Amino acid sequence: MAFLFALFLTGLANAAALFLVASGLSLIFGVTRIVNFAHGSFYMLGAFIGVTLMELLPGAVGFWGAILLTGLAVGLIGALVEIVVLRRIYRAPELFQLVATFGVILVIQDLALMIWGAEDRLGPRAPGLRGVWRIFGEPVPKFDIVLIAITPVILLALWYLITRTRLGILVRAATQDREMVGALGVNQAWLFTGVFALGSALAGWGGALQLPKGGANLLMDFNIIGAVFVVVVIGGMGSLPGAFIAAVLISVLNAFGVAFLPESTLVLMFVVMAAVLILRPYGLLGREETAGEHGQVGAPETPIRPYGPRGVALTVALLVLLAALPAFAEPFLLTLVVDITVFALFAASLHFILGTGGMVSFGHAAFFGGGAYAAALLVYHSETPMELAFLCAPLAAGVLALGIGWFCIRLSGVYFAMLTLAFSQLVWSLAFQWRSVTRGDDGLINIWPADWLNAPMPYYYLTLALGVGGILTLRHIIHAPFGYALRAGRDSPRQAEAMGINVGRVQLVAFALAGAMAGLAGGLFVFSKGSVFPTELEITKSFDALIVVFLGGVKTLAGGVVGASFMTSVEHWLTRLEYWRLVLGLVIIAVVILMPEGIVGTLKRLAGRLRPSTEEAPR
Amino acid sequence: MTEILRADTLRKSYDGFLAVDGVSFSVREGELKALIGPNGAGKSTCFNMLTGQLKPSSGEVFLRGARITGKRPREIWRLGVGRTFQITGTYASMSVAENVQMALISHHRRLFGFGARAWKLYRAEALDLLRSVALDDQADRPCSVLAYGDLKRLELAIALSHRPRLLLMDEPTAGMAPSARIDMMQLVADVVRDQGLSVLFTEHDMDVVFAHAHHIMVLNRGKLIADGNAEAVRNDPRVQEVYLGGGTLFKEARDA
Repeated sequence: MAFLFALFLTGLANAAALFLVASGLSLIFGVTRIVNFAHGSFYMLGAFIGVTLMELLPGAVGFWGAILLTGLAVGLIGALVEIVVLRRIYRAPELFQLVATFGVILVIQDLALMIWGAEDRLGPRAPGLRGVWRIFGEPVPKFDIVLIAITPVILLALWYLITRTRLGILVRAATQDREMVGALGVNQAWLFTGVFALGSALAGWGGALQLPKGGANLLMDFNIIGAVFVVVVIGGMGSLPGAFIAAVLISVLNAFGVAFLPESTLVLMFVVMAAVLILRPYGLLGREETAGEHGQVGAPETPIRPYGPRGVALTVALLVLLAALPAFAEPFLLTLVVDITVFALFAASLHFILGTGGMVSFGHAAFFGGGAYAAALLVYHSETPMELAFLCAPLAAGVLALGIGWFCIRLSGVYFAMLTLAFSQLVWSLAFQWRSVTRGDDGLINIWPADWLNAPMPYYYLTLALGVGGILTLRHIIHAPFGYALRAGRDSPRQAEAMGINVGRVQLVAFALAGAMAGLAGGLFVFSKGSVFPTELEITKSFDALIVVFLGGVKTLAGGVVGASFMTSVEHWLTRLEYWRLVLGLVIIAVVILMPEGIVGTLKRLAGRLRPSTEEAPR
Repeated sequence: MTEILRADTLRKSYDGFLAVDGVSFSVREGELKALIGPNGAGKSTCFNMLTGQLKPSSGEVFLRGARITGKRPREIWRLGVGRTFQITGTYASMSVAENVQMALISHHRRLFGFGARAWKLYRAEALDLLRSVALDDQADRPCSVLAYGDLKRLELAIALSHRPRLLLMDEPTAGMAPSARIDMMQLVADVVRDQGLSVLFTEHDMDVVFAHAHHIMVLNRGKLIADGNAEAVRNDPRVQEVYLGGGTLFKEARDA
């Protein structure tokens, strides 16, 4: 009993940092509608800056002073990011900003590596709070008790700030209707900057406050971002008390999980989130998101059209070039094209549900990795012939997507995104922790193609045929009645339902189709590399696909393919550099700022400006 | 004339507030019937219960004698009921013609078609429908650039595309210029006459209502206070109290 209580206290103490970071993310999303992937990076910066300041400042005053200063410093950095990067792209299509925040993640990762080095830092113990207190005979670190006492104070302070001050009124008003707030004469730009700085500062404080328990390392950013999203979503987007309850819930559950069911820890919080979202689609204390509340931003939609003669000619020319490539190109170029094709198909499958269906999935890697693992497991355990195993990749991924989609399509917007993320984490943790079947992070190796394909050139043609075939199939479907029905459900679900369209069923079929195509890409991937590891199922893999879709342009059909080609090529050249993440991050941010409609969208607009009125694409 | 739609003591309460309080009425074949009432009277709530967007707290809806209470909007649409909304909901990423074609594709149950090119399907039919609302000259424009009045007419074309026997129009002329309002309602009246379909509509413009509706119902604070022809409704003391009590003469101060 005493042991259980001690576990409970550990969970409560862990909730402090999590709540701080999550409340920051929630505030930022509520006001600016930016899903800030980089929030974990601010947390990491908080930890590193905190360590440095604590080394400089002596004693108890120095310790707590360092924490305070850290928050201010990270808040300033956040304000800088908002002013330099995000402020320029608020009018871009919805969610486009998350690409920029992804660039910020990369930049901060390498900057932290440059400044603090690759070694983990141990956090200093809090002066005067080094020992333990005995509670019912169990030792509980003194610092934990202090954290437990501090967290409600922080909640109260934030609650006071939001409900009782002028800034709080502005924040709440902007959360409900930011255009109205702008119309009432509030300087939105500075409100957004202020909120972003406050949110970042909270993340920084979170990072500094957990130092005596956890220290600082370069993996902190991605390690916490999943948990933070989970907390915000379980609590309900924009609800501070909700975030508090969820942080406590997750941390306590996690503490018990570590003690009793260690293999569950990776997945426990995602299971809880999935359960909460299925029962309460808008989180514990969240309210229903009213879609389209802020109206259309950016350029008005134009009807999509297949390519005119010029577009077809260009595509054919490109395909002929690719088909002829093995005749003169060096092997590494073939490998690069295979990588690009696989990624392009993966991205195109996400683009299909995201661009055409309006379903933003944060967990698309589940189907890519799922397909790869399905094929690899068959080969590894039962020596299934490659051809058969390969066929199972899209099939298994499609069935998986059908199952996951069945739960997810009831939700929309960010909640949909989060539930897909939760399910993909489930799949990932299966691959990672079910070692007897999947060999965990040792991965499945020696998964090679059948003999007749086991050479660079045959496999190149297989990839080209299936990859290009898959992409063209998806494009064809977009122009087919089904694609139109999917788009109708995105444009106006109410109108679609009122004209006999079963929007949910259409979306589910589309989701399964996209999953199958991602699985096909996964199948191509695993036999080209000869191995598969749990990394192919990670959040970062899902984010990669998301980034290239937005980078290429959500509203253009070629967006996913162009974005994927761009990204794979750039990465291919940059990874030779020591600080390639920094360069890549800056490239992404530059593209985002210079081309707010994505690469294809912006090129199209420029082309349209050069030769007006000719190309409303003939049929 | 036989009745096509009947509402039987419909009730909708929100946290104890009765938005619609025991409303019963019927719409007959070939009838153009108006549902009027001050803002907040419960007209849209009433409409949404008829077409399945809202579930009534109690009461029943019958379509040609068959109970349709609680059915989904898409099921009611398949039974031959068209619907337009107070705030138009068209597909911004499609052209004007494609918006109509979408409804035709759904009507012909080809939503799960993966082979055909959607913009080639039922284009002639769509153009005919657009011609009937005088929008055919804008068929290939993006829907997102249409003027509001044109959007309203597009919505009418969409609603007519599955040859409904009953059409429910929530404020068909809201946001239109006065002359356009008369034209719009004349269009609806012509359709009713030519195709013999029934229309139930809500409207704020009393000129439009009294010029076209065969019968008028008046809703006030969730209760039906009058149901009859124009003359009877005009002379009903309770209606006069609702509309004249505030000193305005059959013309409301605009709604929100």
